[in-house]
Amino acid sequence: MKIKPEEIEYIASLSRLKLAEEEREMYAVHLSQILEHAERLNELNTDGVEPTAHVLPVHNVFREDEVRPSLEREILLANAPDVENGCFKVPKIVE
Amino acid sequence: MELYRLTAHEAYDKLKKREVSSKELTEAVIKHIEDVEEDIQSYIHIDIEGALKKADEVDCLLAKGETIEPLGGLPIAIKDNMCTEGINTTCASRMLANFVPPYDATVVKKLKDRQAVILGKLNMDEFAMGSSTETSAFKKTKNPWDIRCVPGGSSGGSAAAVAADEAFFTLGSDTGGSIRQPASLCGVVGMKPTYGAVSRYGLVAFASSLDQIGPLAKDVTDCALVLNAIVGHDPHDSTSVNRRYPDYISALINDVKGLKIGVPREYFESGVNDEVKSAVINAINLLKELGADYEDTSLPSTDYALSAYYLIASAEASSNLGRYDGVKYGYRSAQYEDMIDMYKKTRSEGFGSEVKRRIMLGTYALSSGYYDAYYLKALKVRTLITEEFKKAFDKYDVLIAPTSPTTAFKIGERINDPMAMYMSDVCTVPVNIAGLPAISVPCGFDSNGLPIGLQIIGKAFDEETILRVAYCFEQNTAFHKQKPNERR
Repeated sequence: MKIKPEEIEYIASLSRLKLAEEEREMYAVHLSQILEHAERLNELNTDGVEPTAHVLPVHNVFREDEVRPSLEREILLANAPDVENGCFKVPKIVE
Repeated sequence: MELYRLTAHEAYDKLKKREVSSKELTEAVIKHIEDVEEDIQSYIHIDIEGALKKADEVDCLLAKGETIEPLGGLPIAIKDNMCTEGINTTCASRMLANFVPPYDATVVKKLKDRQAVILGKLNMDEFAMGSSTETSAFKKTKNPWDIRCVPGGSSGGSAAAVAADEAFFTLGSDTGGSIRQPASLCGVVGMKPTYGAVSRYGLVAFASSLDQIGPLAKDVTDCALVLNAIVGHDPHDSTSVNRRYPDYISALINDVKGLKIGVPREYFESGVNDEVKSAVINAINLLKELGADYEDTSLPSTDYALSAYYLIASAEASSNLGRYDGVKYGYRSAQYEDMIDMYKKTRSEGFGSEVKRRIMLGTYALSSGYYDAYYLKALKVRTLITEEFKKAFDKYDVLIAPTSPTTAFKIGERINDPMAMYMSDVCTVPVNIAGLPAISVPCGFDSNGLPIGLQIIGKAFDEETILRVAYCFEQNTAFHKQKPNERR
């Protein structure tokens, strides 16, 4: 699978990344190599094989819906890059 | 002998007998760090003041006649992807350079409950993505056996710190070999427990179905003691398994008579260095002399594990790392036009090159049109690999293989060739794919004096048998007693 620099641009945009020209070229080469190696998986017959997303049987874990103490708002906001009036501040998203 | 040279169980015995104080142990290790850290660079953050304060507290408890649990009072260190309340947890990334967690990871809390003295946070590949610790945004850790070489990765700081006696033990995390491979390259003991045995709460997520926390230690006894301290069900991690966990110290039996060892031939094929092969074969022969039976076997899907691993791990990473958006915590770009631009600039400036590569690989493997061909195919191959292990364990108690196909490589040698770097994990990734426990123990040295690791793989939740084999091997060899500075 050869990936072209234009495709890298599309993948980067899905990944919310902005790449410089030389990064696009580098990643096109590297991703192509990795995906070419991955093509070998097609040598294995997996007809009728169930996919395994998780090795353990994963069950939803329920608990009683009761109020429990949580961390203070100030403590949680302390790591935020921008804060105003006890809220996370972000650029305007609705005109 | 210098105090910092002791194993954790030796140091704890002395502490218990009041032959040394926690402060003496802590000061000895801090002094030693001051001597060697300039060369080794294991630590991202050292909390001398906090460590000495904690050591004093432990000494007060001891003076009052209170007993402390094993490992209490010993200066130790944690890989920098596990949350430590009030102490920066960076994942060796610009993205989290200023992140101060408001809570402790469950493993950190468990160690604190045992009165461990936490000395600091250890260097790693950025977000645990890498096999050499070179992708760290902050520094390059050196291999204590040869400072021109990498310590392995991603828990390279954790392995180098133990090898250089900069901590009595450390914690690492293992997604595709990130505890075992650096343990092998640095000549220490490293274990990846069964998926679900140790809580991942507070471990910064890389690939959630593969990540597992485990010990890096000076010998197998220390490894078992650390495992005792960190295993167990945790309501904060829905994938942690609620079962009875044994006392792993009682698994340390110097006897392998009658144990059945399988030796999967695929682990000795392409790319495995001859000196590594012969050290591992010598180890298997020794175990045979000690009474174990071994047999060649085959796990034919092994050759496909690496590709399946990089697709699955990258897919999960692309999703897990979506949270770094510059809003709630972490880095935010200084200048941007709008919300989307803020996301893009924040992530492009905050993440390093390898992290971006994995996010894009994972995004591609999950994207419309490629999902079935790459991600779903990899999950089906995961089923095949898991079933082959299951079948093998119907016949064998443990499987034995090399941990890493080569010994430590030179700094810079593979960093610009992702496929060459990924090949470092070829012997370790199948274990994560199947969620099994495995340990790496020192089993020899190559002609350059660099350590070689023996990998012992067990059935799910049968850490006891791999510890027994590792312990018996260790008791009948002296590789673990060799120190880097004595061979220089």
